[in-house]
Amino acid sequence: MEAHPMAPSPAATLFEKIWARHVVADYGDSFSLLHIDRLIVPDISSRALNELRDRGLPLHNPELVFGCADHAVSTDPGSNDPRGLNNPYIVNLREQARHFAMTMFEPGEFGHGIMHVIAPELGLTLPGLTLCCSDSHSCTNGALGALSWGIGAGELSHILATQTSVQKKPKTMRINLEGRLDAGIVGKDIILYLIGKIGVAAGNGYAVEYAGSAIRALPTESRFTICNMSVEFGARFGLISPDDTTFEYLAGRPYAPKGSLWDAALADWRQLASDRDTAFDRDITIELAGLAPQITWGNSPEAVVPVDGRIPNPALEPDSTRRRAMEAALAYMDLKPGDAIEGIPIDWVFIGSCTNSRLSDLRAAAAVVNGRKVAPNVRAWAVPGSREVKYAAEAEGLDAIFRRAGFEWREPGCSMCLGANGDIVPNGQRCISTSNRNFVGRQGPGSRTHLASPIMAAAAACAGSIVDPRKFSGVAS
Amino acid sequence: MTEPLTTLVGPAAPLMIANVNTDMIAPLYMPGSAGRQTFAMSPEDLARLLFAGWRYDKAGGELPDFVLNRAPFRAAKFIVAGPNFGCGSSRDTAPRMLAAFGIRCAIAPSFGGIFFDNCFKAGVLPMILPDDAVQALATAAESGEDFALDLAAQTLTAPSGTLRHFDLPAFRREQLLTGADDITLTLRRNNEILAYQAREQALRPWIFLAPQRIG
Repeated sequence: MEAHPMAPSPAATLFEKIWARHVVADYGDSFSLLHIDRLIVPDISSRALNELRDRGLPLHNPELVFGCADHAVSTDPGSNDPRGLNNPYIVNLREQARHFAMTMFEPGEFGHGIMHVIAPELGLTLPGLTLCCSDSHSCTNGALGALSWGIGAGELSHILATQTSVQKKPKTMRINLEGRLDAGIVGKDIILYLIGKIGVAAGNGYAVEYAGSAIRALPTESRFTICNMSVEFGARFGLISPDDTTFEYLAGRPYAPKGSLWDAALADWRQLASDRDTAFDRDITIELAGLAPQITWGNSPEAVVPVDGRIPNPALEPDSTRRRAMEAALAYMDLKPGDAIEGIPIDWVFIGSCTNSRLSDLRAAAAVVNGRKVAPNVRAWAVPGSREVKYAAEAEGLDAIFRRAGFEWREPGCSMCLGANGDIVPNGQRCISTSNRNFVGRQGPGSRTHLASPIMAAAAACAGSIVDPRKFSGVAS
Repeated sequence: MTEPLTTLVGPAAPLMIANVNTDMIAPLYMPGSAGRQTFAMSPEDLARLLFAGWRYDKAGGELPDFVLNRAPFRAAKFIVAGPNFGCGSSRDTAPRMLAAFGIRCAIAPSFGGIFFDNCFKAGVLPMILPDDAVQALATAAESGEDFALDLAAQTLTAPSGTLRHFDLPAFRREQLLTGADDITLTLRRNNEILAYQAREQALRPWIFLAPQRIG
């Protein structure tokens, strides 16, 4: 029997509402063919376009597809190839974009930057939309109340040709983040603490919604940082119910609707938040009051300690598989159980990546760096996430603060998060990085990565070692 | 489009480590070479790079202790792995490297979600079994004797002869059995896609963008 049109619809989560709107066909067994509203193709996946071209297939909706030079692009300020004319990935993306009449955001031009920074910044990401990129950190976009997930290059071809994707409906999880944060504690500390607490597989098979008083109080850019690392605990989707903070962020963005279309969209978006009495398959509450700055010590994002903590002892780990993994990580990272994490000397600092390269990240780091010097023997990089971020930072003089301190101020791109463009941490060197993965060899063969916030990274750059940033002026403001 | 997967017979390489990520399966860097992955990789490159960080030393020589460098497992058709296998990135070279090596079935208690989906695209069956069953299979695998998969019957036979059923949605089973091209299959529904777009365009016109560049 069909429900009466005036009957209240059953309570639903943000995730379920967006999912239901996008079902083109039901395939049974919880599989659906979903419409994809936006698709972003990074340079290193442009091969999917060649595949389509070789088969003589057109793009289903070229106006919904955007090419992005981010992984392979040079971030070298003195690059003699700023347009990537000798870069096979960028050259190919450009050629295919021209062939298929789709938009490509060219290096150095309007819209250039890391896909998960530019998609929200340009208003390509909107509440209620589905957005796919062939990159696992697509979950970043969920901070605006969009359903966004990472796909492989094979599925990318499928979406290019059909504007749809077959997906299995996951279970839902709500993570309530409660309490007031101390000064200098940011989104990165929250998400690292969460992953350390629940483990890297806790989100497998779930779409996660972040809720609670701490989320409501967080500015949009910090929300991106939290949603960005959802995939690091296995959740392909990370979402936040859109609110006035979201709508204020989006108003006036280049691709956001304008005028009466904006009003209609806003009325629609106000219906999207998870209904109050909705049940989630799993509900977790995390108390954040008194949280200290967090940093990773090992080769998994769950290997987290507070900055005033100690390297854990594998001998105390009862599970043998976990114990072996801890021992291997200690050996790779050249660390000793029981040592304080604070005071460990570092060689490199990387402030950037889709996790932490936005204007507020750079402002927070610059506030620490201002009037200080990068320690001798430390190389420190600040890599803005997009051309717009870079221009905005330069207009405020942040570049001058970084440069005066001895940082390199670079061009936008993914850079040293994974070194796909050759920006790597040398073998055996230790790097405080604001990125999202500390896997073995992630920042280059033999590189040793500690994940932390831009504030901690900036403080460590000046101290020459891992340090509690709360000891620095400029943090507790 | 992939080679159909119907039956598979051969040794299973045990790799009982938790949280093996896609950077480990498909490393970004080839030991012994200064260069990075090339723009388009041949099947030989894909097979050679699988687990490269564990398979080769810094000079590019084989590390004899790693399972895939040991005699029976050089011809492994299965891998038996710890929980959360394939966590990390969306890089689909990870399952493609497994397939290129000849491993077309990965058995684990759980998988990274994006990797799990990418496996079907690459013609690799990701088989989820309970923890204790995976542990028992890993022990049995050490002998290097053959495992046998019958995908249509959804059974796996261990070297001891023990036969075990596994769950798999019909949609996924058909995808592997036929190796069908999913773009062609979906485009058969293009009328439904176009009807959906027309309906949404009327309801929520801001979703659909004009075909010109802004900026």
